[in-house]
Amino acid sequence: MKYFKLTTFLVAAAFAQSVSAQTDGGRLDVVIQPEPPGLMLGLVQNGPTQMVAGQLYEGLLRYNSDLEPQPSLAKSWEIAEDGMTYTFHLNEGVTWHDGEPFTSADVLFTTEFLKDSHARFRASFSHVESIETPDDLTVVIHMKEPYGPFINAFETGSMPIVPKHIYEGTDYATNPMNATPIGTGPFKFKEWVKGSYIHLVKNDDYYLDGLPHLDEVYYRVVPDAAARAVAFETGEVDVLPGGAVENWDVKRLTEMEDVCSTSAGWEFFAPHAWMWLNNREGPTADKRFRQAVMFGLDREFVKDVVWNGFGTVPTGPVSTKTNFYSDDVPMYPHDPEKAKALLADMGYDGTPVRLLPLPYGETWQRWAEAVKQNLGEVGIVVEIESADVAGWNEKTANWDYDMAFTYLYQYGDPALGVSRNYTMSQIKKGSPWNNVEGYENPELDKKWDAAAVEPDLAKRAALYNEIQKEIVEDVPVAWLLEIEFPTIYRCNVKNLITTGVGLNNGLRDAWIEE
Amino acid sequence: MSFWKRFARNRGAVFGLVLLLAVIIIALIAPMIYPRGPWPMVQRPFLAPYAVDGLPLGTDTLGRNVAAGLVYGAQVSLLVGLISTVMALLIGVPLGAVAGFYGGWLDEGAMRFTEFFQTIPNFALAIVLVAILEPSLTSITLSIAIVSWPPVARLVRAEVMSVSKREYVDAARLAGLSNLRILVGQVLPNTVSPIIVMASLMVATAILLESSLSFLGLGDPNIMSWGYQIGAARTVIRSAWWLSFFPGLAIVLTVLALNLIGEGLNDALNPHLSRKGRT
Repeated sequence: MKYFKLTTFLVAAAFAQSVSAQTDGGRLDVVIQPEPPGLMLGLVQNGPTQMVAGQLYEGLLRYNSDLEPQPSLAKSWEIAEDGMTYTFHLNEGVTWHDGEPFTSADVLFTTEFLKDSHARFRASFSHVESIETPDDLTVVIHMKEPYGPFINAFETGSMPIVPKHIYEGTDYATNPMNATPIGTGPFKFKEWVKGSYIHLVKNDDYYLDGLPHLDEVYYRVVPDAAARAVAFETGEVDVLPGGAVENWDVKRLTEMEDVCSTSAGWEFFAPHAWMWLNNREGPTADKRFRQAVMFGLDREFVKDVVWNGFGTVPTGPVSTKTNFYSDDVPMYPHDPEKAKALLADMGYDGTPVRLLPLPYGETWQRWAEAVKQNLGEVGIVVEIESADVAGWNEKTANWDYDMAFTYLYQYGDPALGVSRNYTMSQIKKGSPWNNVEGYENPELDKKWDAAAVEPDLAKRAALYNEIQKEIVEDVPVAWLLEIEFPTIYRCNVKNLITTGVGLNNGLRDAWIEE
Repeated sequence: MSFWKRFARNRGAVFGLVLLLAVIIIALIAPMIYPRGPWPMVQRPFLAPYAVDGLPLGTDTLGRNVAAGLVYGAQVSLLVGLISTVMALLIGVPLGAVAGFYGGWLDEGAMRFTEFFQTIPNFALAIVLVAILEPSLTSITLSIAIVSWPPVARLVRAEVMSVSKREYVDAARLAGLSNLRILVGQVLPNTVSPIIVMASLMVATAILLESSLSFLGLGDPNIMSWGYQIGAARTVIRSAWWLSFFPGLAIVLTVLALNLIGEGLNDALNPHLSRKGRT
């Protein structure tokens, strides 16, 4: 079989150079919000769990901020030219936190384990025909069909490798070891005082020489946003993950001395915010109305004022941070006159449209008010509704809305995190995460499907360019903002964010300057 | 001594009345001062008071004029206060009157029903009602009315019980008047003064309730009210004090005015009960 070598890294050599300048030791206090429901990453994958358990468990690969694969448990890998075979070579001398050796059998077992508990894993591995483990350090995956985004599916949160020797033959969900997770990661689980903190300590037997640098990490549970800001100000915590404090506080905190902030570390997720526009009924069913909404919105203003300048105004459905982004699309600058002309053209009669904000706090409420004001100025009558999280879920999932705020993750590839919101096969009542707006375009559906299984990168890119150009013309939803959640930390914490998932696996390389 | 003279003797009450009139006038002429309403984003956000001409109270988190919000908020507060009080009276007065006048099982039933509402803390019940009905001006007004009628019913019942034992009521009975005519024509008019006093205080409570609900984010999202302004400014209180200070001041002054008026009315309508030493 002919192999096409994508990347091979000699990890140890790469790190040997930089290690000398860094100081070992120290303790890092990180805010965790809300408290995770559990730490067994194979069973629970919500945000806070990923943030803590990403230090305990590892995936086969990591991704840098450009979403290029980097070695993790796999030190190198090859993808066959036809995209039908993936071969991973595992690191030698890796042990689980309890001392058992890590082998390819664990990887094979993980693929069984995650089928029941991890929807995103199940979706990407539905393209897999079979998995072989020719020896202890090699895993070969045979595909049913070429699947472009597959190489993006091996990060800690997407496919955490779990220990076979602990879970084989047991009921995974009730295994008592779930309370004291065993992984291969740079940190080991020490203690969890519910409602207070989670304590991790350095894994002295970690397979990468000189890593990790930190001695211990405390994840501190602080339920109130204002209290989290104060905890940072008083020096009680060193790191505030993105979204831990209200936007208005970000500015104040980052102006403090020796405080740094970065919006890096979210590239893999690329949270993309938009308003669902109901394509089925009401004024929003008219394409001209939807375009008028886009021209009517002052998205730059919202970015600057509501989000304090953080984020990017998107050009379409694909985030600038996601692979296959194209800016060759129709543009929608703030142009009230054009919006009015479009509304006059369609004969909009002033029928009020309902706007459902996302019930995630002040920022989102202000955002809805700004939208109402913008649209009011071009003659669209907007009534803001209110709903709690459950009400929002129900209304969007059952299509009972005219315009509704939302934001979703993109996971690095349009086939993973974008197409699900625009193809007809994803029109399913009952879920607020799929094609809720009811956009139907059979021609584009074919292109989405073809692009997902196209092995040739250039052809894939061409397909996604065509899709973006066409879909932006139709405005199925009103794209509002590529959200950035700035991470705030003390400047003496170095190398905190080195990957596209940021804090979720960043503590491996972090160190504290004396 | 005439009613006005007695009322005017209480200087605080006069002050309250002037204050309330001022608020009412501001609320009425709001559309003339700020014809574009309270929502337009007119300037940069977070401008301090008088940082820019024409914005005496500065701008809020989105660059909206705080002063405009304040005058339109006056409309909402007064409207909610007034309507919810009228509604509460419409429930409380008939119930209390019937219970007090007829007594017996009617009284028992009505009072147990009232107690049922009184055992639940006002504010908690209002929150639940608004949350169930979905926040809107109507649901908020209705909820405030529903939580504030029980004291009215209690008061009216007690007054009616006491008045209906008077001799002129016996006289009316002997004259052959029907129960209903006695209740409406003879008894109720003589219970009006404590009800008026109570109503003025209820308006104040209703304004506070509405503000508290809006503060918690349970206000009508399409309406600018004082409570909403404070709630929205809560997160920035350390960097922009004026956003919560002025609406807060407006609430304090309006509620104070209503309380002073209530006290003045009490003095004027119940001269025998008014505090001694003021002569």
